[in-house]
Amino acid sequence: MDLQIALLLSQDGIVNGSIYALLALALVLVFAVTRVIFIPQGEFVAYGALTLAAFQAGKTPGTLWLLLGAGVLVALIDTVIAVRAGAPGRLKRIALWDLALPAVVAGLVLGLQPATLPLAAQVALALAVVVPLGPMLYRLAYQPLAEASVLVLLIVSVAVHLALVGLGLLFFGAEGSRTTPFSEAQFNLGTLTVNGQTLWVLGASCVLIVALALFFGRTLYGKALRATAINRVGARLMGISTSMAGKLSFTLAAGIGALSGILIAPITTIYYDTGFLVGLKGFVAAIIAGLASYPLAAAGAILVGLLESFSSFWASAFKEVIVFTLIIPVLLWRSLTSHHVEEEE
Amino acid sequence: MRIKSLVAALLSTGAVSLAYADITVGVLVSATGPAASLGIPEKNTFALMPTTIAGEKVKYIVLDDASDTTTAVKNTRKLITEDKVDVIIGSTITPNSLAMVDIAAEAETPMISMAASARIVDPVDAKRRWVFKTPQNDVQMSTAITEHMGNNNVKTVAFIGFSDAYGEGWWQEFSKIAEVRKIKMVASERYNRADTSVTGQVLKIMSTNPDAVLIAGSGTPAALPQKTLKEKGYKGKIYQTHGVANNDFLRVCGKDCEGTFLPAGPVLVATQLPDSNPVKKSALDYIGKYEKAHGAGSVSTFGAHAWDAGLLLANAAPAALKKGKPGSKAFRTALRDALEQTKNLNAAHGVFNMTPSDHLGLDQRSRVMVKIEGGKWVLQK
Repeated sequence: MDLQIALLLSQDGIVNGSIYALLALALVLVFAVTRVIFIPQGEFVAYGALTLAAFQAGKTPGTLWLLLGAGVLVALIDTVIAVRAGAPGRLKRIALWDLALPAVVAGLVLGLQPATLPLAAQVALALAVVVPLGPMLYRLAYQPLAEASVLVLLIVSVAVHLALVGLGLLFFGAEGSRTTPFSEAQFNLGTLTVNGQTLWVLGASCVLIVALALFFGRTLYGKALRATAINRVGARLMGISTSMAGKLSFTLAAGIGALSGILIAPITTIYYDTGFLVGLKGFVAAIIAGLASYPLAAAGAILVGLLESFSSFWASAFKEVIVFTLIIPVLLWRSLTSHHVEEEE
Repeated sequence: MRIKSLVAALLSTGAVSLAYADITVGVLVSATGPAASLGIPEKNTFALMPTTIAGEKVKYIVLDDASDTTTAVKNTRKLITEDKVDVIIGSTITPNSLAMVDIAAEAETPMISMAASARIVDPVDAKRRWVFKTPQNDVQMSTAITEHMGNNNVKTVAFIGFSDAYGEGWWQEFSKIAEVRKIKMVASERYNRADTSVTGQVLKIMSTNPDAVLIAGSGTPAALPQKTLKEKGYKGKIYQTHGVANNDFLRVCGKDCEGTFLPAGPVLVATQLPDSNPVKKSALDYIGKYEKAHGAGSVSTFGAHAWDAGLLLANAAPAALKKGKPGSKAFRTALRDALEQTKNLNAAHGVFNMTPSDHLGLDQRSRVMVKIEGGKWVLQK
């Protein structure tokens, strides 16, 4: 191995690592706020990328029908609850978010012929289709069980993951897709060639991480999420709605997932089931951070990316083994250094 | 009264099923899971198969095994005990087919596999007596590649394949044949179907500077190493395997796949075959039927393996019907014997000639070398 190979491997590892970092942040966020280990995080990666690919191929993605269907389902459930509770005031909100929003998105997708739009508009449309699925998913699968134990929520996550993978196969078929790159530019740094898309991935990841930090530090909603994460009961007593916090964190997670997918789709082929493995590596990074610390999760993700890249050079057949074995010493170290607190419920 | 009519109804249905002893075909495909891109066209193909053979109605019961061995075993048992099938066609992939061999042999039911590995039917022993298969062996395809490499002055080859049974099987077969042909293997790398990057493997391959690279993957995941090789400036020849022979691969790989060589079943380039080729007519027949149902350009070579299994069955069933009624042990045994005696059957992937020691029965007419030119498969003569 010479210096150039080491540089190329590091570049590759950092690019992949920055995607894992985004997913790890989303996993930490969702777990902190709702105690859900969000296994379906990866599915949003695949859905985002493949929805964009479907637009570019001039097809109507199946995720659009999923959005409409989920919207109607959520609206029905919430309407029944609102009528029973004698609170017709809620109906307007339900109609706006669960029926009008998906309908507008569907109108745009079907009316605009996305294949002819500029890339930025295609990306925006793909996000508009996929991101609202996050809060709807929370409403349908998790909110009724919000007070259940971590284990029950984990089992629900597995079920949701399997359902979404199955739907993904139905919507997009078994073969993968790629999308057109954001930029075809190439830069030469000494012996190293850097692609424009690589810079996009790195740049977007940094911007997102900073934006998240600002969101949690400076905005009321961000602070509400942090409060819920630290103490659910206390936050509730202070008038923070936990279901609002849950929906908000799922919206962010879905948005981060879909955006990660859209960022890597020009670099690699995305399949309906790609998300799981990518999400799992994000999960390893989140574990390194003890599912609690954002900066540690990001650092862990870069470590996973680099480890993966270098082990694919030295021993490609054992790459996944090496990456996932990393979790064992980390867990050992974590359980030795931290006091174990039984879950209080 | 009610009991009486119930008994009468039961009796009459029993009588009906005796009178119309349809040939029941149990089909197991991997229509979901990692092998879905192979299993879906196979599943579609069964909808196009004949509904009567020699005047008997044929009933196809198609089950999915989700590319999972346990499910394959469970569903095979279900097909045998509940549906009392006369023959089993399946499964799509090698691990599942290997697991099903025992069950088929135990129930003395003939089985036709659509998976590639030679181990499914070789050697033909007490159990494998009952098992046949339609896809070409990896070793036949490997020989085609090494031949082509020899003719094109390739001395050193690097290998990158799936880190599963497919990649491993290719590595074993190919490295063996390459050694015989004095082709030196300089690197052996693995990657996962779902990997988002193979930069490490590709850099390692390029540091050994091989004359050619063989990529052993199937479907669109095989495009990733090729795209990375081109991106890093690899100039040598690139070979793929017959696992990539569908149009989705061309779509994803795009211009990076220009000039790639691969061995494939003749059905892939059926229109380019000379009229004298016995496979041309039967291959075009299948393509016509499939594209009529699923649109132009939708056909893949994997569905054709299922079609060939159907042809083997349709060819063998008439002889077996003379010796026993469908649903009986006599019929299943006779069907096995008839399958083993298949002679000169023109199918979509070649000409089948079974013998008691060869339950595949394909010869060198079952493979051609193909080059990707201008985003199309072009037959190499």
